[in-house]
Amino acid sequence: MSPIINSIERSNVELTKEDFVSGLPVKWCPGCGAHAILTAVENVFPKIGYKKENFVIVSGIGCSSRFPYYVNTYGFHGIHGRANAIATGVKVANPKLSVWIATGDGDSMAIGGNHFIHIIRRNVDVNILLFNNMIYGLTKGQYSPTTPMGAVTKTSPYGTIEHPFNTGELVLGAQGTFFARVPDNNVKLMTEVMFEAAKHDGTSVIEILQNCVIFNDKVHAHITSKETKDDYQLILKNGEPMIFGSKKNKGIRLKGTRLEVVTIGENGITEDDILVHDQYQQDPGIHLMLAKMSPPHFPVAMGVIRSAMYPTYDDLVEMQIDEAKKTSKIRNVNDLLNSGEVFEVK
Amino acid sequence: MNKPKNMVELESAVVKFVGDSGDGMQLIGTLFADSCAYDGNDLTTFPDYPAEIRPPANTIAGVSGFQVYFGSKKILSFGEKLDVLVCLNPASLKANLKWAKKDTVIIVDSDEFTEQTLEKCGYTSNPLTDHSLKDRKLIQVPVTTIIKEKTSSLNFDNKTVLRSRNMLVLGLTLRLFNKKTSYVENYLSEKFASKPDIANLNKKILLEGYNYYDQLPVNQKFSFFVPPAKLEKGKYKNINGNIATAWGLLAAAERAHLNLFLGSYPITPATEILVELAKHKSLGARVMQAEDEIAGICSAIGASFAGAMAVTTTSGPGLSLKSEAMGLAVMTELPLVIVNVQRGGPSTGLPTKSEQADLLQALWGRNGEAPMLVMAADSPADCFYSAFMAAKLSLEHMTPCILLTDGSLGNGSELFKIPDVNTLPEIKPPLAKPNTDYKPYARNPETLARYWAIPGTEGLRHRIGGLEKENITGVVTTDPENHELMVKLRAEKVQRVANYIPEQEVFGEPEGDLLVVSWGGTKGVIRESVIEMQKEGKKVSHAHFKYIMPLPKNTEQVFSRFKKIIVCELNNGQFVVYLRAVLPQFKYYQANKIQSLPFFMDELKEKYYKVLED
Ligand SMILES: Cc1ncc(C[n+]2csc(CCOP(=O)(O)OP(=O)(O)O)c2C)c(N)n1
Ligand code: SF4
Ligand SMILES: [Mg+2]
Repeated sequence: MSPIINSIERSNVELTKEDFVSGLPVKWCPGCGAHAILTAVENVFPKIGYKKENFVIVSGIGCSSRFPYYVNTYGFHGIHGRANAIATGVKVANPKLSVWIATGDGDSMAIGGNHFIHIIRRNVDVNILLFNNMIYGLTKGQYSPTTPMGAVTKTSPYGTIEHPFNTGELVLGAQGTFFARVPDNNVKLMTEVMFEAAKHDGTSVIEILQNCVIFNDKVHAHITSKETKDDYQLILKNGEPMIFGSKKNKGIRLKGTRLEVVTIGENGITEDDILVHDQYQQDPGIHLMLAKMSPPHFPVAMGVIRSAMYPTYDDLVEMQIDEAKKTSKIRNVNDLLNSGEVFEVK
Repeated sequence: MNKPKNMVELESAVVKFVGDSGDGMQLIGTLFADSCAYDGNDLTTFPDYPAEIRPPANTIAGVSGFQVYFGSKKILSFGEKLDVLVCLNPASLKANLKWAKKDTVIIVDSDEFTEQTLEKCGYTSNPLTDHSLKDRKLIQVPVTTIIKEKTSSLNFDNKTVLRSRNMLVLGLTLRLFNKKTSYVENYLSEKFASKPDIANLNKKILLEGYNYYDQLPVNQKFSFFVPPAKLEKGKYKNINGNIATAWGLLAAAERAHLNLFLGSYPITPATEILVELAKHKSLGARVMQAEDEIAGICSAIGASFAGAMAVTTTSGPGLSLKSEAMGLAVMTELPLVIVNVQRGGPSTGLPTKSEQADLLQALWGRNGEAPMLVMAADSPADCFYSAFMAAKLSLEHMTPCILLTDGSLGNGSELFKIPDVNTLPEIKPPLAKPNTDYKPYARNPETLARYWAIPGTEGLRHRIGGLEKENITGVVTTDPENHELMVKLRAEKVQRVANYIPEQEVFGEPEGDLLVVSWGGTKGVIRESVIEMQKEGKKVSHAHFKYIMPLPKNTEQVFSRFKKIIVCELNNGQFVVYLRAVLPQFKYYQANKIQSLPFFMDELKEKYYKVLED
């Protein structure tokens, strides 16, 4: 991993995991997927290498949103749904901070859906860790906007009759510039993806398929369990063909305008027929198709699906301010008060 | 200019220009006001425009007005009864005749009184010919005819020349008041610098209006003179409350050496503050038009956490949306200014009309016990100082502050003596020092303010949020004693601000038969009513409150020196509810008006007399 160079001041000493442990007792349920996310963050912050005071973690409300208390950074535990709005203010007020958001599927896609799509649309340079356990954990098991149709939960005793969001599709629909997906049981991939997110200038959304052992146990198991993961996860790597499967012989190919799963060595298919991942492609077409893939006919795409370069909101704010400071005649408030029509009484 | 023989000298005058939305009434109103300011009159202005963007022409709904109240005395209110009413169409006459006195001079564009336009606004007969105005001082000006005649030799089409109908009546009105046209002429030269022919056309029409006076029959040659006011030496601007609010906030940011951050969502009548602040990037203002009011305040809270001077601006419905987040700002004890430009409610209510009905919401409208500073600006120019103080107190005491203004203050204007920003008080927020043993909820023993540790500062990493925290350490806790302590500390911190605000002033004698109590945008007219009572020999004084939460320390003492107290508000009784709660030992009479109109002097005086006799 090459160091990230941008306007955020770097630490002049080597940091370690210990620098980021807050020491507060972690109160998530034993076996909750959130623990792994904490581990990945503690791994990646020292690697990112910014001065430790330059990290800020903002959250909303939910099990996931307890996150800031467990990391020794500047932290702000907000109110339900508003983490993305609060974080926008933090970043715009001080663009030299590395801003991370811990949020849940309910926090960002139900009550805070508006802020979620707008932070993405503006492309504010923040990193969103979206703990998708497809349930409301903290309030004890009501369905969320990502709960699969038909699921029986506390508030859907007859099964939900709502079409769930596909997080990636929502992010790309909101003109997302960065979207990645990781399972909670692959800390290594999660760490890599978080590093990529930090590197990306703009809103980086990492959807973490998080297991809630208490209220939605094994909701992701058909993708993430030992038995299923090889055949149902496609781990994307930029510049590499999209090959997956326990025998490493399955691949994704573009057929007409659609993706299909093919087997290398069957029907004359060779590796050359397999799509090569281009995460930096500006056109989101393939990224969207990748984000939408789901079993049983497709694997689920993991890793960085999209990382496209666009100007960030916070950079544009600074540029406009710099430009105005250079060109405007109004340099202080006295100038302003005396501008325009002024009447003098002598 | 020779002094006309029939000239009447007035201490003050109220002129209202009314016409159809497209007739340019706001422009000539502003130019007339600026001409008065140029002549040294004190003044206020008040626009009165339709809620619709393009209402149907010539209807009552489409009437747009602009009122100027100017004088040689200190002008306190927006003025009531008109001395001169200038009407460019029948609908505007119909809608505004009720504000005329018996001897009001009414200037009308008689060309516009056609069968069609009369019918559009519901006149069944022509008021210019049916004798209904026969006792009035009516001046009929065939504006279109005059313009066409006087510009026929020029190379302009009808559409172009008739766009300047407003200039003709402006010229005539200036003449009526014995004012020069030079200010307006300079304005036109500058405005149309790149189109000198249009500038000249407008000037010509202005002067035709001015000279039309000479052709008026003798009994219509009304002539007034309003001498200049004795204004203090200095520079002045005619400023409305919304702009003044924006500028006061910018001044505070400069005095605090902080960048201003505004998160706001457009809403009438507060939008102009957002629009104004968005212009001032050169002063470092970071202005975000948020996706909704909740994002407006939440982004501001984030910015405050990150060390900016954070502001959110809105009007009633938006304040409701912000309630939960206001509680978050209380809990995290961060500085934040919330400007609420009140409008008529509830719900969407009367968006373009003014009211004082959000006070109780400002004081108590949040879940849990979430006290914060509440202030109210009392005049357009005062919005500058009130916004400045709201920011200062919020920053220095680490508490959110609501500043209440209202639609009439926001849109209304008055002369503002331009201060030197460097003479305004410094603002010193309690910043935590780097690399110290930082405890997020350790407090300054005098103010009880916690210390502000800005992300990025070495050695101050900490976490705060909306969950109840242990005092001093800031560790999340549900400990019963701690919660009680924290609720009381948050309240006490706000109360202690009383040690840092001025004592309540009383206008008039410090004791007497009746104390008139008011707050917010009603100051001017209530002050005028009290002055009249005093002139009539009554022992009446006025206490107008700017600081509401907390109240000035001497409030009880002030109240105790009067036999009777009357609380006047443009709502169904809110400040009075608060006063009854915090100072229950007094009896409060009430004067309330809920018509989205200002108080009128006569109705106030009638109330005072009733109370005095009670
Ligand atoms: C305004 C408001 N409404 C409702 C709640 C109750 N509430 C707390 S967390 C939550 C749902 C959390 O779900 P999610 O965002 O998926 O987080 P998780 O607990 O699953 O990590 C709800 C409804 C609240 N705290 N605030
Ligand atoms: S309830 Fe579910 S999401 Fe919440 S901590 Fe427990 S396991 Fe994790
Ligand atoms: Mg959840």
